[in-house]
Amino acid sequence: MSEVLNFHFNVDGNDFTSAGQASIQIKKNLRRLGLDPETIRRVSIAMYEGEINMVIHAHGGEADVNVYEDRIEIILKDNGPGIENIEQAMQEGFSTAHDQIRSLGFGAGMGLPNMKRYTDDMKIESVVGVGTTVTMCVNL
Amino acid sequence: MTVYDLSKNSQFNVLTMPEPEREINGVYIGDLLSWVMGKAQYDNVWITIMSNINVIAVASLSDVSCVLLAEDVTLDNEVLSTAKQKGINILSTPMSAYDAAIELSGMI
Repeated sequence: MSEVLNFHFNVDGNDFTSAGQASIQIKKNLRRLGLDPETIRRVSIAMYEGEINMVIHAHGGEADVNVYEDRIEIILKDNGPGIENIEQAMQEGFSTAHDQIRSLGFGAGMGLPNMKRYTDDMKIESVVGVGTTVTMCVNL
Repeated sequence: MTVYDLSKNSQFNVLTMPEPEREINGVYIGDLLSWVMGKAQYDNVWITIMSNINVIAVASLSDVSCVLLAEDVTLDNEVLSTAKQKGINILSTPMSAYDAAIELSGMI
């Protein structure tokens, strides 16, 4: 495939129960492209964690997945509160999620670390009060 | 061993089994969903007491072979039908996660 394939999703920030729709759709799309299961797993888990973060913290946002010949790029963009201290947010176990989110099994402070673990490159751009953009890359 | 083989054990009850031929190669136990996504392996049985709708997404994305609800935890119909739709096998057991893992260990 020489052309870039783009998949675009709006992530609904009001419906926690439907969070994950975009990631599951991406998983299906990548399967159709015939990518290997481990790559698909890494991309879809990293994206799901990002999707959940957007729902928990930022009232939703937008997700783009670009499939290039040599890599998959995931861009998650929100207009949420931003991340004050990115280094702290990246630490395993650090979370600002509230109790209701924790009772659902999230908020363990593993989201961003998992996104980093499952991708080959991750960049976070965040401005407090403006929003956050996370760009992740998985090499093919 | 497949999920179908597991379902033949009287300790495990099938709630939904859309993909009975999935292989089982191990077990992961956990209730924190991100933790599970970080650690569970492809084709594991995932033992948990969580039963909300997000469990289905996590099971699907982690590609576990089935979800095993310990301590007779039940599922809402909505969650069950989503699982069916997404091809996620779900079984339940009266056993604790520990005892279920021991039982599975003898079967794998």
